[in-house]
Amino acid sequence: MKTTIALAGNPNAGKTTLFNALTGARQHVGNYPGVTVEKKQGVYQFNGNSVQIVDLPGTYSLSAYSLEEVVARDFLVKECPAVVVNILDASNLERNLYLTMQFMEMGLPVCIALNMMDLAEKRGIEINVSALSKALGTPVIATIARNGAGKKELMQAAIEVANNKTATKPFCISYGEDIDGLLRQMEKQIRQAGFLTDTYDSRWIALKYLESDEQIVSLGQKANAQLSSQLELKTRNLSEHLFKTLETYPEAIIADHRYGYIKSILKQDVIRFRGDQNRLFISDKIDKVLVNRFAGPLIMLAVLLVLYHFTFSYSAIPVAWMEAFFVWIGGLAQTHLADGVLKSLIIAGIIDGVGGVLGFVPLIMFMFLGVALLEDTGYLARVAFMMDRVFRVFGLHGSSVMAYIVSGGIAGGCAVPGVMASRTLKSRKERLATLLTVPFMNCGAKLPVFALLVAAFFSEKKAIMMFVLTLIAWIGALLVAKLLRITVIRGESTPFVMELPPYRCPTFKGLAIHTWERTWQYIKKAGTVILGISILLWSMMTFPGLPESQGRHYDQQRETLKSTFQIDQGIIDQDIKKQLALIDKKEAEAALRHSIAGRLGTALEPVSRLAGFDWRTNISLVGGFAAKEVIVSTLGTAYSLGQTDSEQNIALSKKLAQSPNWSPLTAISAILFIMFYAPCFVSVACICRESGSWKWGAFSIVFNTLLAFFIAGAVYQIGGILGF
Amino acid sequence: MQVINMRQMKRGQTGTIKRIGANGQMGCRIRDMGLVPGTRITIQGRAPLKDPVALRLMGFTLTLRNSEADFILVEVDS
Ligand SMILES: Nc1nc2c(ncn2[C@@H]2O[C@H](COP(=O)(O)OP(=O)(O)O)[C@@H](O)[C@H]2O)c(=O)[nH]1
Repeated sequence: MKTTIALAGNPNAGKTTLFNALTGARQHVGNYPGVTVEKKQGVYQFNGNSVQIVDLPGTYSLSAYSLEEVVARDFLVKECPAVVVNILDASNLERNLYLTMQFMEMGLPVCIALNMMDLAEKRGIEINVSALSKALGTPVIATIARNGAGKKELMQAAIEVANNKTATKPFCISYGEDIDGLLRQMEKQIRQAGFLTDTYDSRWIALKYLESDEQIVSLGQKANAQLSSQLELKTRNLSEHLFKTLETYPEAIIADHRYGYIKSILKQDVIRFRGDQNRLFISDKIDKVLVNRFAGPLIMLAVLLVLYHFTFSYSAIPVAWMEAFFVWIGGLAQTHLADGVLKSLIIAGIIDGVGGVLGFVPLIMFMFLGVALLEDTGYLARVAFMMDRVFRVFGLHGSSVMAYIVSGGIAGGCAVPGVMASRTLKSRKERLATLLTVPFMNCGAKLPVFALLVAAFFSEKKAIMMFVLTLIAWIGALLVAKLLRITVIRGESTPFVMELPPYRCPTFKGLAIHTWERTWQYIKKAGTVILGISILLWSMMTFPGLPESQGRHYDQQRETLKSTFQIDQGIIDQDIKKQLALIDKKEAEAALRHSIAGRLGTALEPVSRLAGFDWRTNISLVGGFAAKEVIVSTLGTAYSLGQTDSEQNIALSKKLAQSPNWSPLTAISAILFIMFYAPCFVSVACICRESGSWKWGAFSIVFNTLLAFFIAGAVYQIGGILGF
Repeated sequence: MQVINMRQMKRGQTGTIKRIGANGQMGCRIRDMGLVPGTRITIQGRAPLKDPVALRLMGFTLTLRNSEADFILVEVDS
């Protein structure tokens, strides 16, 4: 059997860096079963043997309050790794050991990687490695993950622990007389009844009951309800007693004693500080400027603008290459395939659909690179720190700001990387609320639609209108977030308690691996779903085709035109072409109206009239589900202008301005609808993936569309009453 | 020696934690980060809108919302 090693530790201890140093490119990223927590696995070659390394999520503790902690705990008890390599930040030893205590209390074989030794030394912290090892009773290896120092010795020690299972002696911390006595009693009961003992250590189960750990208590209720209730009662009695006498809670006393124990370990000649541990380091001096009351927000704005520019301007070049590539392939298909449904499927359904997904790839890569840069340097935590007060009002978290900006908080972003950027949020509810509301931002694909309508109806006030639309998107998104947080994603805000890691210079390798991993996931997961939906949408806009008789009607028109041409040789070629094209466009319009999408649009007209939309608008809104820029081209087809290019956009905007079905009020209603209705399906696919459930994707389609219709309808009706 | 709520502490003020009056998830998160009675802390600063607060303890920097700091009583150095 292959030996499995679990890599665990606090966030920012250097776990990812160590994992990359050990496994190099031989790693595989997936998810833990059923949850969105990332699971990285890799292989380390060692003296001809290969060991499997699993990277557990970074946590500060092993309570049951966060998904990451539950996942880590479940992995440890269910998969029984041969050894847990616990990576500690040497410059921050005391707090890092808190997690170590919990591994050892679970009775797990532990081997410690004392990382960041270079940083500790710089900060004047001297650690006696062998004294620490002796006090803990586990091997301790000094490492510097950044340059790989100590990794061989670490693996050597880890394998020794793995091969020598008996060496892990039970580890008990004394929690003071109130708790110790009770703990022994409960432990005895648990052992006698064989209560959950096939998976967990008996003392640990008792401890979890005293900590009122929801996961263990509910497991216990299922296994043996009677005993579980007895244990819960004992905990309750103790809690009451403690609260009366000391105004404290059992879990508080347990934590106090763990820290007390850590202090006693550190006192055994383990650690020495030269100078004050809390004196200000370079990092803190930088913070004096970067989170300064006045300069801080300004610098943040500048940084975000630069990031935004970086993501969207530089990615424009490779995005254009991708586009050109797909246009080229489309052209090949155009010339080499016989006319017919198959050709249309390949070009409009498959090439455009896949091209749409892959076209995003450079954008996503740049976005992840930018976010990784902010995350790895430690600046992102500062952004969250500064913005939290604002976002909290709406039930969100300071870190939500990144996702909003990337999605189009500064007009022209894209919701796809925006939804994916919500990964930096650790708290589940805030994260969900963020990723459900970022699609309201004015992404780059909505802009041409807005520009068209604004040009048609508000041409004098272009700039101010665009600014107002950005504001409306922000206000709308934040208010909806608030609405979601008091209804479907209700609940206390997750505690903000967050570490501000010291500023660090990220490594190129770390950034590259991080960026590539995420991009690849996007290509893999989104690609399959999107191809399917793209074909579906194509079918809706193609089938059923025009009936024979009507098709013949257009053929006849063409024939007549051509025959007149033959009779009257003098007529100019150009003119004929134009007229032929006109017939083609008329046919395309008729075909669109005849298709499922067209019928849907027509059938919806009685309802959509409430917001001022006719069947043509309806069809283009259906098409907009594929990608918002499709709205413009579909409107073009519906108004018999053919597929639009920029020249025809002007024609379209003129046509709309003259159409009796359109008025400035209709335009506003349409803009609001487009801003808020269902996200494009690439975004929906990402929402499903990031929220871990297709239900949230479905929710965003239905809820957003209803909301958008409500807003647009209300504006149209009230505006109508007011006489606009 | 004066015991005050962490929210009332000023920038640069140092003290020793006396009591954490929270349990459940909030209490757990606070304690996981090393905020237990006896820990020495220094207020490093506050966000531009006065909330959250950044503090320094055990050689690292931690941020908390004021609503969380409310549960923490600190004996400040005079
Ligand atoms: N000075 C120094 N920096 C390190 C060391 N190990 C990791 N880092 C840096 O610490 C930061 C956080 O590391 P990372 O591996 O992302 O931490 P994780 O959150 O535990 O996965 C990165 O910028 C690393 O380059 C080390 O041994 N010494």
